[in-house]
Amino acid sequence: MSLSVDIKKEFGGFRLETAFETDGDILGILGASGCGKSMTLRCIAGIVRPDEGRIVLNGVPLFDSAAGINLPPQERRVGYLFQNYGLFPNMTVEQNILCGLHREKDKRRRKKAAAEMIGRMKLEGLETRRPAQLSGGQQQRVALARILAGSPEILMLDEPFSALDAYLRVQIQTDMQEWLREFGKDVLLVSHNRDEIYRLCGSLAVMDRGRILGKGPVKQMFRSPGSRQGAVLTGCKNIVEARKAGEHLAEVPAWGLCLETEEPLRDDLCAIGIRAHYFSPEEERNSGAVVLEGEMEEPFEWILKFRYETAAPDSRPVWWRIPKERRPQHFPKRLGIAPEQVMPLYR
Amino acid sequence: MDLYPLWNSLRIAAVSSVAVFFTGIFAAYYAARLPRAVKGLLDVVLTLPMVLPPTVCGYVLLLIFGARRPLGMVLAQYGIRFTMTWYGGILAAAVVSFPLMYRTARGAFESFDETLAYSGQTLGLSNTYIFWRIRMPACRQGILAGTVLAFARALGEYGATSMLIGYTPGRTATISTTVYQLWRTNDEGGAFIWVMINLAISAVVLLTVNMLESKERAAGRRRL
Repeated sequence: MSLSVDIKKEFGGFRLETAFETDGDILGILGASGCGKSMTLRCIAGIVRPDEGRIVLNGVPLFDSAAGINLPPQERRVGYLFQNYGLFPNMTVEQNILCGLHREKDKRRRKKAAAEMIGRMKLEGLETRRPAQLSGGQQQRVALARILAGSPEILMLDEPFSALDAYLRVQIQTDMQEWLREFGKDVLLVSHNRDEIYRLCGSLAVMDRGRILGKGPVKQMFRSPGSRQGAVLTGCKNIVEARKAGEHLAEVPAWGLCLETEEPLRDDLCAIGIRAHYFSPEEERNSGAVVLEGEMEEPFEWILKFRYETAAPDSRPVWWRIPKERRPQHFPKRLGIAPEQVMPLYR
Repeated sequence: MDLYPLWNSLRIAAVSSVAVFFTGIFAAYYAARLPRAVKGLLDVVLTLPMVLPPTVCGYVLLLIFGARRPLGMVLAQYGIRFTMTWYGGILAAAVVSFPLMYRTARGAFESFDETLAYSGQTLGLSNTYIFWRIRMPACRQGILAGTVLAFARALGEYGATSMLIGYTPGRTATISTTVYQLWRTNDEGGAFIWVMINLAISAVVLLTVNMLESKERAAGRRRL
């Protein structure tokens, strides 16, 4: 089970230059809209032809510009769940699912397989409905049933939850977790939402302006995204210019501080990131005198905006997020950060 | 009363609509895929017959298919002559009504959601299946409207038809050329009958369109 992609594609002033591999797990591609995530999926599916490169799925070359191979999408066996699901509006749920089973020539076996799929995706009773008569969640299940019925070699999900109501999203994500486990082969999940990827994926690739900036196990990528864009996309709220001042010491001019890091620093350090949850009044390392500047209430947390006393006058306030029950009665005089929670960022 | 013009008009309109249905759809489908510059140029050429006076279209057709023109002479060797024959009327009607089909079909194809075609392809469905079973049903309304418009235009064609096939009673006469002929020869009564027949046909066509549309709307409601 593996997918290996190494492609180049230029279109309208945009340059896609992607290279990555998967090995049977669920890879999340995290990127802002327009970064080339969907274009990458389209190249893998054969809808868009890359300018050059290679795409190999489970040992079968799907595209190889050097060898002149470019399989049509029909022969790639790539399951592609589109953002708007791509259900055929003129067909019923059952007919849509039968479309995924057209390789099976025996009519009775096809019907049986479709019925099985309908049962598995909990679509009983909806067989004769048209897509427009279904809820968003049901439409997604039909689209997935239609794809899985054809037993593809890989499953690609393009922003699979963006068309759903927020309150449904988490519920459907837990279902999705189950379906993906049953599927058991490579999965690519493209999203701009870090939570979806954190919940569902084993590894994470951060994509920006057509390039993969970094790839690794999800938890590690969240702990240490490595790139500035990676920190932004994984939801880091405090990113600030920094330069290397020592093997484990980063100078942050905007805050007027020098922060100790656990990771050894490279010379090309350009910024550091600190997640808003990681400030602590009890922590004595990397500690600085602070003043409260503003606050915002959330259902379960407070966002407290503060400024270091040593900060440059034009620097932006720093965010500290704290669960309501842990908010101290008086805003602390000093806040510290554990060195392992100072994320060095490059490029 | 000689009903030949009715029969002739109907068969010319019917055959030319079928021809225009296929050529218009395929021209629209392939034009949508061309690079922008080529598309713009092709668009002008394909829409020209709609903007030109029909007599000019007829004149151009005579330049190409006239008995003493190269193509006309080649075709004559195979016994095909588009001038002064009833089936020449098909050519005239098709050329004039083609842009109506082409433009409405193109509009329908342009509003088609391409992800439907892409998802069909990734599911392994053949491009032919996708075209006839997914794209065409989704664009059905525009294509139907284009077909009806093209049929109505072909039925009422006068200018290019009279240039290319003239008016020979019992051979090339159509409703519209007959109306003109009868009026010119002071047979106002005869002209009036044909005008009434024409009105009746137009009414039937329009009623059919309205019925199809309301049926479509009802089906749409059921689908929601």
